[in-house]
Amino acid sequence: MYPRQFDYVAPGSLEEAFAALGDDSKVMAGGMSLIPLMKMRLFSPAVIVDIARIPGLATIEDGGDHISIGALVTHGETASSDAVGANASALAAAASLTGDVQVRNRGTTCGALAHADVAADQPAGALACGAVMVAQSASGTREIPASEFFVDSLTSALNADEILTSIRLPKTGAGEGSAYDKLGRRGGHSDYAVAGAAAWVKKSNGSIEAARVALTGVGTKPTLASGVADALVGTDGSDAAVAAATEHALEGVTVLEDLYGSEEYKSHLAKVYVSRAIKQALASI
Amino acid sequence: MATTSALGGSVRRREDPALIQGLGQFVDDVSPVGTTHVAFARSPFAHAKINSIDTSAARAADGVVAVYTHEDVAHLGDLLAQVKVAKGRPLLAHGKVKHVGEAVAMVVAESTYQAKDAADLIDIDYEPLKAVIDLKESAADTSLVHDDLESNVLLAWEAGPWGDEEGIAATKQTIADAKARDDTVSVSVEAVNQRLMPVAIEPRSVVAEWQAGYGRFVIHSSSQIPHALMGAVKTTFGLDATHVQVIAPEVGGGFGVKLNIYNDEILVAFAAKALGRPVKWTETRRESTGSSTHGRGWVGTATITGTKDGEILGYELDAIADMGAYEQNLTVAIPFLGLFVGSGQYKFSTHWKVTCVFTNKMTTDACRGAGRPEAAYYLERAIDAFSREVGVDPVEVRKKNFIEKFDEAVVSPIGFAMDTGDYSTNLDKLVEVSNYEALKAERDAARAEGRYVGIGISSYCEVCGFAPTALSELGFSWSTYGLPAGFYGTGLVRVNPDASVTVITGTGPSGQGHQTAWAQLVSDRLGIPVEKIRVIHGDTGEAPMGIGTFGSRSVAVDGSATYDAAERVAAKAKDIAAHLLEASAEDIELDAEGASVAGSPESSVEWGEIAAAAYLPHRLGESEIEGGLESHVIFDPPNATWPFGSHLAMVEVDPDTGNVDILRYFTVDDCGNQINPMIVAGQVHGGVTHGIGQAMLEEVVYDEDGNLLTGSLLDYPIPTAGDVPFYELNSTVTPTNINSIGAKGIGEAGTIGTAQTIVNAVVDALDPLGVKHIDMPLRPKRVWAAIQE
Ligand SMILES: Cc1cc2nc3c(=O)[nH]c(=O)nc-3n(C[C@H](O)[C@H](O)[C@H](O)COP(=O)(O)OP(=O)(O)OC[C@H]3O[C@@H](n4cnc5c(N)ncnc54)[C@H](O)[C@@H]3O)c2cc1C
Repeated sequence: MYPRQFDYVAPGSLEEAFAALGDDSKVMAGGMSLIPLMKMRLFSPAVIVDIARIPGLATIEDGGDHISIGALVTHGETASSDAVGANASALAAAASLTGDVQVRNRGTTCGALAHADVAADQPAGALACGAVMVAQSASGTREIPASEFFVDSLTSALNADEILTSIRLPKTGAGEGSAYDKLGRRGGHSDYAVAGAAAWVKKSNGSIEAARVALTGVGTKPTLASGVADALVGTDGSDAAVAAATEHALEGVTVLEDLYGSEEYKSHLAKVYVSRAIKQALASI
Repeated sequence: MATTSALGGSVRRREDPALIQGLGQFVDDVSPVGTTHVAFARSPFAHAKINSIDTSAARAADGVVAVYTHEDVAHLGDLLAQVKVAKGRPLLAHGKVKHVGEAVAMVVAESTYQAKDAADLIDIDYEPLKAVIDLKESAADTSLVHDDLESNVLLAWEAGPWGDEEGIAATKQTIADAKARDDTVSVSVEAVNQRLMPVAIEPRSVVAEWQAGYGRFVIHSSSQIPHALMGAVKTTFGLDATHVQVIAPEVGGGFGVKLNIYNDEILVAFAAKALGRPVKWTETRRESTGSSTHGRGWVGTATITGTKDGEILGYELDAIADMGAYEQNLTVAIPFLGLFVGSGQYKFSTHWKVTCVFTNKMTTDACRGAGRPEAAYYLERAIDAFSREVGVDPVEVRKKNFIEKFDEAVVSPIGFAMDTGDYSTNLDKLVEVSNYEALKAERDAARAEGRYVGIGISSYCEVCGFAPTALSELGFSWSTYGLPAGFYGTGLVRVNPDASVTVITGTGPSGQGHQTAWAQLVSDRLGIPVEKIRVIHGDTGEAPMGIGTFGSRSVAVDGSATYDAAERVAAKAKDIAAHLLEASAEDIELDAEGASVAGSPESSVEWGEIAAAAYLPHRLGESEIEGGLESHVIFDPPNATWPFGSHLAMVEVDPDTGNVDILRYFTVDDCGNQINPMIVAGQVHGGVTHGIGQAMLEEVVYDEDGNLLTGSLLDYPIPTAGDVPFYELNSTVTPTNINSIGAKGIGEAGTIGTAQTIVNAVVDALDPLGVKHIDMPLRPKRVWAAIQE
């Protein structure tokens, strides 16, 4: 498959990158989603700004009360990082279930988030873990909460001139845990999510003090299921409480039918995975 | 001094070091100086009238050498198709397009990028027409695919027994009588055997050079049938065989998609001749999804009638098969290949009818198994449903109804003579190696815990290595391409002057390991080690005749020919050695070093001396031995081969999601003698994986307007190694008596045995919920929906 003609820029610094970005440009990180879309000619930007050579973006850092994942950190690195595993295990699990080995070695966590595919895994993890997206451009830095980042199918809150340079994840405190689970398009965990859910819960004195639950695969975008979280808070996290909270999973979600499931089926799956993710998160505390 | 027997050894595939290092030569690696590149403008509509085509912008675009539409190639006629009954494919769309992806215009440019960009500039004004998509609607002729034909129906294949009208009437009566009895039950399964894409990792590719000085084509094509392509080119352009050389170098998988003659191959040759420059086209993956042949695509009802103790009295299949929009190589013959094994390995009366219809979709043709997986699927699903209904174990039902062991040809109820078979022993072995009774206990224990675990069994009998030549009357030959009507195998074995060996054979492999297996066959006869033997295949400049590689035919037909040729070369080598050693030829034994006299190893001569003598005949004195050391055998087997086997799957279904996990997978395949058990295992691995692909994942989907919804591998999942379980492979050995090596085919067996095994297992798992059938692919959504009902 052959893309239309485009210019290719490989800047050595963020400043050079910002200068190269314009209305008809695209940032390229791992290229795992961008290149196929260009080859199918579904997407034909005039300029590709390859950020792979920019120093300082490929690390996972400890920021005291948070950890940060740089723009060039791959799915594989996110999945196997002790720091991510300890502080955002839902995101680590989502990264480990993204694509295959080759994709995990090239694709980046930030790229998967910026790409904002309706069926991607890591957006759910980022939402549940309370990530903050750090977007930089020539005019400065914006911090965008994950809950405001996923706007629509393949549309994030980033502007055309912005680079998602890192994401920040709050560190896990006592009584907190998170998890991600999905049904993949090839069955089991394989491939994009037909439906997937991530959950973060905080328990103290036997009851749930706070929770965040996120859904992917079923609707027009990865999204927080706030109704579920609200219903969980204050309960003891028993199976009955989880089942009752799960009933709120689809509030505000427009479920879309596709080759992998009818509306009815995907609505059902959303609840199954919300319930599984919550139970796994509780069990991990 | 015994010959080193190379047969039956798991010799490592000699082709792999080049392939796994990326050093193999594929068609796209061939780029003669000055090569131009092709892109096609293809139809986005399933059925539309073409009001106008404006190519002016494309012609003016950078790097464009030529743009062609129908008028430019009309003089070449339609694409030739071996078995054509109603409508062939125009080389470029003529007035109307009949499926998404149909080629409308062809751009030749200096680079592929320029060709693609220019193809995007071709402005085609379409007027959409109603598309015929549903098979039952097509059969009812509510709307026509081709308005110059009277019907969408091409023909119906009917048998039991084949070719015997009175016999068919009698069979129908027998089954009607059985149904009328009080002590019988009839069980029907209505099932879809869905359309598949035979996905080869290497997309199709063709490079044509016209050597104007010699009036000769050299064409490289990623083809399973290079000789048929040579024939099609020579017929289309009015040349003889010496003026068309077709070479299929390394071919990265075929699975039936390259068992065809394509318009792109003819068009690339046309452009090369017209432009006087080499022309190349390599399909993109997206192009391949809509413009290379598909396979399967049946809907049908299978019915078993039998007694309550499991004796089957009759089997009926009534199905419709989707041919797509145009006929290509064997399109309409594919269901007929299924008919051969319509009654499988069983003795009951069988009435089998498959109606072939046009639709506004890509042409169907062979897809690994080609007709036989469909036949086995309906038969074995119906037997499973019957076993369940009468409450008799599926193993027992099968054994009760198998044809008994036979060493001499037996005619099956569908009407074909089968070579050899021993079905009960094979199924008994499956029961033993899988520890069937223990698995059932495990399943029952899981069920008691509320889990949904199931076991599926199926047996199959297939037909492959198509022969004898008498069958060519049914169209199985390359006669339409101007080649002799017959499915012979060819093998030439030549010991060279330095005692290396060249083998030339008529196959066109796409990864089956002929370099290794053929060398083993020759080494077995000559004693010369495998490393010294070079095997040439897929080249019409070398082999005068070749049928190609498909239908699991190569070892049984061309392999046998090669083995027999090696035997004759061995006899001549012994004559030469006898002359040099002044001994009697009967006393000569061959080995890796050369020849020696039995019982007196000190009296010996090396291969180098034998070979030199063959090429310097003065050394042979007055022996009357002619110079040269080679033999060319043309082998016409008296019958096809009829392999068989039994598979077992154990699965678990997650009732909350419908997800299916395959816990265990056992096979016991019988392909007669195995030349190289490691290659056999590889073929079974691939075959079973392909079957799991059909059972679980794969499906070509067109919507009601004929839009292709599965236009990339993103939407057409094929199983990878990570998606399939560990396979527990076993075999029985029932040699064929129709060739000298006793080998039957194995390339498709795994696929033919698998899909129904998986579906039977999933239905068994959901038996407590009363589920009777789920259509493939068993994506979780379907399984879950069946559970809800
Ligand atoms: C075979 C295969 C299987 C896959 N399976 C899965 C799966 O199971 N689950 C899943 O979730 N995904 C899957 N994917 C998708 C893939 O993992 C991600 O979408 C991809 O890796 C995104 O990261 P990237 O670095 O490759 O981004 P790119 O492809 O380089 O970019 C993707 C998009 O994000 C933008 N972008 C990337 N980085 C930045 C940045 N730092 N700042 C601003 N914009 C940016 C680009 O402009 C582009 O629009 C699969 C992909 C393939 C090829």
